[in-house]
Amino acid sequence: MKKLILLVVVTLFVTGTFAQSDKYIASMKSNIMAIDTSYKNPADLLTLANKFERIATAEKNQWLAYYYAALCQVNYTYMESDKTKVDAIADKATELIDKADVLQPNNSEISCIKSMIASSHMMVNPMQRYMEYSTEINSFMEAAMQQDPTNPRPEYLKGQALKYTPEQFGGGCGTAKPVLESALDKFNKFKTASDIHPNWGKSRVELLISECK
Amino acid sequence: MKRGLILLFLILSLTAKAQVRIAGKIMDNRGKPVNGVSITLNGTYDGATTDSLGNFSFLTTEKGKIILQTSIIGYRPFEQELTIGSNPITVNITMKELVTELKAVVISAGSFVASDKNKGAVLTALDIVTTPSANGDVTSAFKTLPGTQQVGESEGLFVRGGSATESKIYMDGNLVNNFFYSSTPGIATRGRFNPFLFKGTIFSTGGYSALYGQALSSALILESKDLPEKTEADLAISVIGVGGGIQHLAKDKKSSWGISYNYTNLWLGFAINKQKQDFFQIPVYHQGDANFRIKTKTGGFIKYYGYISANKTGFKNNDIDSVILKNAFAIENLNTYQNINWRENVGMGWKLTTGISYSTNKDDITNELQDANNQKQIITNPSFYSFKNFTLNNRAQYAQIRFVAEKKLNGLNVIRFGSDYFYSKEKSTYTLYDGSQFTESVTDNLESVFAEADVFITNDLAAKVGGRVEHSQIVDKWNIAPRLSVAYKFADNSQASFAYGLFYQNPERKYLPTVASLDYSRAAHYILQYQKISSQRTFRLEAFYKKYSDLYKTATSLTGREVAFNNNGFGHATGLEFFFRDKKTFRNVDYWISYSYLDTKRDFLNYPQSITPSFAANHTAAFVIKKFVLPWKTGFNLSYNFATGRPYYHFAYDHVQSKYVIGDAGKTISYNSMSFSVNYLPNLGKKNPKAFAVWVLGINNVLGQNQVFNYNYNNSGSRKEAVTPPSKRFIFIGCFLSFGIDRTQDAINNNL
Repeated sequence: MKKLILLVVVTLFVTGTFAQSDKYIASMKSNIMAIDTSYKNPADLLTLANKFERIATAEKNQWLAYYYAALCQVNYTYMESDKTKVDAIADKATELIDKADVLQPNNSEISCIKSMIASSHMMVNPMQRYMEYSTEINSFMEAAMQQDPTNPRPEYLKGQALKYTPEQFGGGCGTAKPVLESALDKFNKFKTASDIHPNWGKSRVELLISECK
Repeated sequence: MKRGLILLFLILSLTAKAQVRIAGKIMDNRGKPVNGVSITLNGTYDGATTDSLGNFSFLTTEKGKIILQTSIIGYRPFEQELTIGSNPITVNITMKELVTELKAVVISAGSFVASDKNKGAVLTALDIVTTPSANGDVTSAFKTLPGTQQVGESEGLFVRGGSATESKIYMDGNLVNNFFYSSTPGIATRGRFNPFLFKGTIFSTGGYSALYGQALSSALILESKDLPEKTEADLAISVIGVGGGIQHLAKDKKSSWGISYNYTNLWLGFAINKQKQDFFQIPVYHQGDANFRIKTKTGGFIKYYGYISANKTGFKNNDIDSVILKNAFAIENLNTYQNINWRENVGMGWKLTTGISYSTNKDDITNELQDANNQKQIITNPSFYSFKNFTLNNRAQYAQIRFVAEKKLNGLNVIRFGSDYFYSKEKSTYTLYDGSQFTESVTDNLESVFAEADVFITNDLAAKVGGRVEHSQIVDKWNIAPRLSVAYKFADNSQASFAYGLFYQNPERKYLPTVASLDYSRAAHYILQYQKISSQRTFRLEAFYKKYSDLYKTATSLTGREVAFNNNGFGHATGLEFFFRDKKTFRNVDYWISYSYLDTKRDFLNYPQSITPSFAANHTAAFVIKKFVLPWKTGFNLSYNFATGRPYYHFAYDHVQSKYVIGDAGKTISYNSMSFSVNYLPNLGKKNPKAFAVWVLGINNVLGQNQVFNYNYNNSGSRKEAVTPPSKRFIFIGCFLSFGIDRTQDAINNNL
């Protein structure tokens, strides 16, 4: 009898924890999948950001949940047409990525997000903010490259920034294409650590390269 | 027992699977739905995000007491405890908006903000240097904004019917005396300071803050830069001179120092641009400055700025009374200015700022009546000729200590208060043709205490309430100046503001000393404004009424000097102003339009009656347009300034009535001036160039339109002569090089 009780308790406990972990992986997977379709509607991106943040807050020690919450917020800033709102959303993304940074220091993917946040701030008023944010954008991008030289995303961000910089300023397809091609090469070799680790950007790089032909 | 346990286990797992729906609506305190709010059951994955109608709905398997949290940017987070049973729950929540700088209304009545950061900014520092009519002069750029007059015969800002002496200029809170180079008759001088020294400028055309005083019309508040972005050196070569400087930023980015020197010699400039006056001393200026800035541990700053300048100029004009004789005017000036400012965050939301400034000014002026062979002529009959030969030596010292404490309360609410002590000693020696000397000295100790509160009732309604108390030794009376502005933001983000204030000012130094017992002159401002600012467009409309009382009237003293005599002067000014700036409609094109209507009359100084002063035009307008053409690496800037004619008068002394009467009067032709400048950036886009160059070509009054600012009369009033600019056009060519930092990036980004 005692054994049975023990068995039930152990079973409950074990399935409980398994269920918890399964639930985490499953929720993360379905939400990550939803990111790909969310670009059509910015509101979906915000809903997803909130979902990731709820997971992150409940789990407390999963950096990836904070990472994706920040990724959704920063992507949301790029789609926000009212530029006066961007700084506050970008600050929210910073708050989230800083929490990821505490759990997973010196991470290349986290540095990428920080670079993206700096570009959101700059885009609010590029004329006035260029000086202030361009150094930040580049230093995080370079940190990301150093932290993981196999990560294709920092090069993708760099190539994308170059492509949208006018030729007169040393940008344009001419300078962007080799960087994007190198990023694509890295994407082809890139192996994610798990199903829920960052693995986005390849199709975008292919699109950018095709536009430069 | 075994079965019982299994049953219990089954029941438990079944109930755990039973889901309960939680739904509701989230509104703000005005009853409007809030979109995008995140709703979370604390510690779970369960929750939702509100839709555009503020509705949310989700299922949860949680049971019992649990905390529901809601959060969204810009609102105060909200928590509520729920007890989840088996029935659906409806929760309706009201969220309170946070008062944030981003959303809050801006208290803007009467002021134009020029800054790279401030959201209410109308111009940036770079706008000042790329506005062609401004020629890189800080105050001239403000002449393209509404409220200012296109006065070209003398320096200073003439704001809303006020004279130039009614506008005061402050650097980091301290008054800057002699902001402009010393006056020369009929030729406007420039401001002394480089526009790149400042990170922000507030140009108040009325109703300004209680932190400032002693200006009946306007305050120009300049805030110097904190740390430079990088270490850099620069060099400038132009038709007016050469200059160079270095700014050094410490490796830890906590401190910096800088020095610069400029040598201006207008020989080449005058060779290219023929001057009306006959210059026997080409204007030569030496100007040096030094600064250091230290960032303190608490994020405060210690900033020092020191300036020294020596310059001289001399020119001849035909003497208006005699036609065959000439008036030779010469001035030598030495000016120093030091300002040290310490701003510290002392915790608990308190910020303390202390500033000390000290400046000196020395002017040595000589005026000679000369014949055709440049020989000095002394004529004593008629007697007024004898006063054409004189020397005037002015010596002035100014010191100021200022202290401001600021406490941040909840939200954006702030209280500030402080005190100001200003000392001035001005001495002048006037030497007549016969060697007789008159020395006069005026000392003033001006103390003031001020307090001000920013009150944000909601994001949409805010007020600035303040007051200032002053005591000047010269007047020996206290004055109390209340200030108030209120701003309200509408649903479409446009806003309306109202400002009211009383402003006091001492008599001008040149009408002192006097034996008369005087009071302060006084102005009351009433301003109503409507404004709409989006990131690419600014629109504003402002109406004002200004009432002057106790203005100074002058009389002739026993020594023949014009001195302040009583406070019987008065006046008024009413106007309507319009400003529109647009960077959106045309790609890569930025333009703005200003228009001011002014109706003003006053009786002051030696005016025989209440008249429209000669510095006031009824209609003033400016148009500025800038376009940067990337493939050519070139920026094109054009400005057009217009004003209707200004009145001019000759006051004749009527010996029968023993007073001044209007002997002659008229109106000048309207003022038109088109200026053009081109900036060429050859190194643009080059990777890591060693130096960056900006070439500038500027032409003032491109079309060579006739400009008449005023008329000078001879002694009897029988003959008048137009006061016109020294040259029809002015062509400027220059090259600015910077090493170590890409300043051109500023120029380009500003034009993108």
